[in-house]
Amino acid sequence: MKKIIVPLGPDHPLFEEPEFFILHCDGENVVDVEWQAGYNHRGIEKISETKHWDQVTFLVERICGICSNSHPVAYANAVENLLGIDIPERAKYIRTIISEMERLHSHLLWAGLAGHFLGYNTVFMWVWKYREPLLDMMEMLTGNRNNYSMIKIGGVRRDINDEQIKALRKTLDTLKTQNEMLTKVVLDDPVLQARLVNVGVLTKKDIKDYGAVGPVARASGVDIDVRRDNPYAAYSFIDWKVITRENGDVFDKAVVRLLECFESIKIIQQCLDRIENKKGEILNEVKEIPPGEGIGRHEALRGEVFHYVRSDGTSSPIRHKIRAPSYVNVPTFKKSCIGQTISDVAIILAGVDPCYCCTERVSVYDANTRKKKNVTWTEIVRKSQEKTKKLKKS
Amino acid sequence: MNIKTRALKKSLWVYHLSTGSCNNCDIEILDCLSPRFDIERFGMVLVGSPKHADVLLITGIVTKKNLERVKEVYHETPKPCFVVAVGTCACSGNMFRSGYNMAGPLKNVIPVDVFIPGCPPGPAAIISAVVKLLNKLK
Amino acid sequence: MKLNVLLKENLGNMVKKFEEPADKRIYITIDRNNLLKCAEIIFKNLDARYVIASGIHNENNFEMLYHFSFDKDGVIVSLRVYLDKEKPEVESLVSLIPGIEYIERETWEFFGIKFLNNPNLKHFLLPEDWPEGDYPVRKK
Repeated sequence: MKKIIVPLGPDHPLFEEPEFFILHCDGENVVDVEWQAGYNHRGIEKISETKHWDQVTFLVERICGICSNSHPVAYANAVENLLGIDIPERAKYIRTIISEMERLHSHLLWAGLAGHFLGYNTVFMWVWKYREPLLDMMEMLTGNRNNYSMIKIGGVRRDINDEQIKALRKTLDTLKTQNEMLTKVVLDDPVLQARLVNVGVLTKKDIKDYGAVGPVARASGVDIDVRRDNPYAAYSFIDWKVITRENGDVFDKAVVRLLECFESIKIIQQCLDRIENKKGEILNEVKEIPPGEGIGRHEALRGEVFHYVRSDGTSSPIRHKIRAPSYVNVPTFKKSCIGQTISDVAIILAGVDPCYCCTERVSVYDANTRKKKNVTWTEIVRKSQEKTKKLKKS
Repeated sequence: MNIKTRALKKSLWVYHLSTGSCNNCDIEILDCLSPRFDIERFGMVLVGSPKHADVLLITGIVTKKNLERVKEVYHETPKPCFVVAVGTCACSGNMFRSGYNMAGPLKNVIPVDVFIPGCPPGPAAIISAVVKLLNKLK
Repeated sequence: MKLNVLLKENLGNMVKKFEEPADKRIYITIDRNNLLKCAEIIFKNLDARYVIASGIHNENNFEMLYHFSFDKDGVIVSLRVYLDKEKPEVESLVSLIPGIEYIERETWEFFGIKFLNNPNLKHFLLPEDWPEGDYPVRKK
């Protein structure tokens, strides 16, 4: 049997972070996957030990640009857990609004990238166009398109006024109709179904073995969501539901994400109702952090973010452990990629919405003939796109 | 002006490389492609290989594992080429400069022509920087 | 049955210290020889979800925390083991939880904690040629 090794990585023009996968292939089929990380490792856990408690929120914000609200929320939850304090009600609603806005923009971003991988560049352009007004709203609410700096230990940094609420409502209404259209397009398209249904299936056991979280777990019928299981911010005051699907293939992951967008819109609208025409405190001042340890969680767009902090009473943490959702979601490739063809790998990898930036230089190494040839990640994406074209014709 | 720079300024082809960033700059670069900003009206296209590129848009702090790859990508790019450091991380290392895995900032690794500070710089800032670069060539 | 009662009942006399510093957070200190047994009870019998493990460098010893989540109750249970300062070693949980391989590799290269019976203990986040004996996250 001929085995071919296809390294995917570590740099790619379309993805964000560099990450490295080595695919062991038998012809077109993938038989094993190895994951090598660290191209993006910046040593944040150690740097965190040299920063002041308040500065760490800015540091964790820069772990990942897309989750730039999730990490601060989880960190603030952890420190508040250590302190045993509660935050003002208005701050809770504002945290929820920003978190859900982030979820909306990230799920749309994912839908666009997935469209690109499948050769639907129209979807990519559409979705990214719909996403722009959301970023404008973010800029209006927080002062920046990304890296919002809204979260502070004990509350939030900025308040939201009634004018902003009005503008936000308008944007959400437009987005809802656009999202409805998008969902119909994706769910009804026979070619997309052919490409996505029963591809990269993860069973409940795989999810448990690897501890996968977020939409990946929920698409496999594992009903977990930190927002409901261990409520923080304003999630317990609001009426919403957790979306789950049973099959665990890429199609279900897409469905879960698209339907979650509607839930997010619902959550934001309810939050806006509660804070409109009202005034209130947004910050509980925290003077010092006593010795102790705390755990904070937040359901980020990709799954549960987990922060563990320990204090010895000084002005900076002595240990800060961070677990991003992709850390447990990415290893599931070992289950979902094996047995699939190389052209499907692109969308399976993308289906997890990993925080990774992939390939540019891919070299195919033929173990038998010892020949080396260079293939690009673009090539892999092209393969994936060609497969869609073929399906469209037939 | 020799023929190389003359040909270069017509239509810049851009290659984007992340060397240990947080995604934000990378997404803002991608945003330049989206219908709102549409960088292609300046003749710029994001290409998939440094061998086709005239401009390298580099983000991130240059981690130790990435060091060799950055040099390699720069080496593979046909000269003359321009290197643009996008974001504060690439310009100076941002808050990660005290970290143990930092091998940059970028200017210590390869020559940089344009710095775009900001965390992250918006698409408008990126486009304006590249247009400034174009004007400088003229 | 309430989760803390259930845990105490199942783990029996393997529990050295049982702490509940905050609502929905449980820390259980155990002996490091009992780790595999306790983890199996929590992960398999009580059907918890593996979250992550964190290593900590204290003044006099090393500490490993294994976090598990009981999603129905929304509780995080952390198993705490203390390791020797000179020769930090602990049993690997890869045979029980396949996904734990990466965090064990990471902890090994950051703290120099050795995971016995982990088949793949090599560099993960740091470059291959990272100097041996230099563990970046240890306290100086």
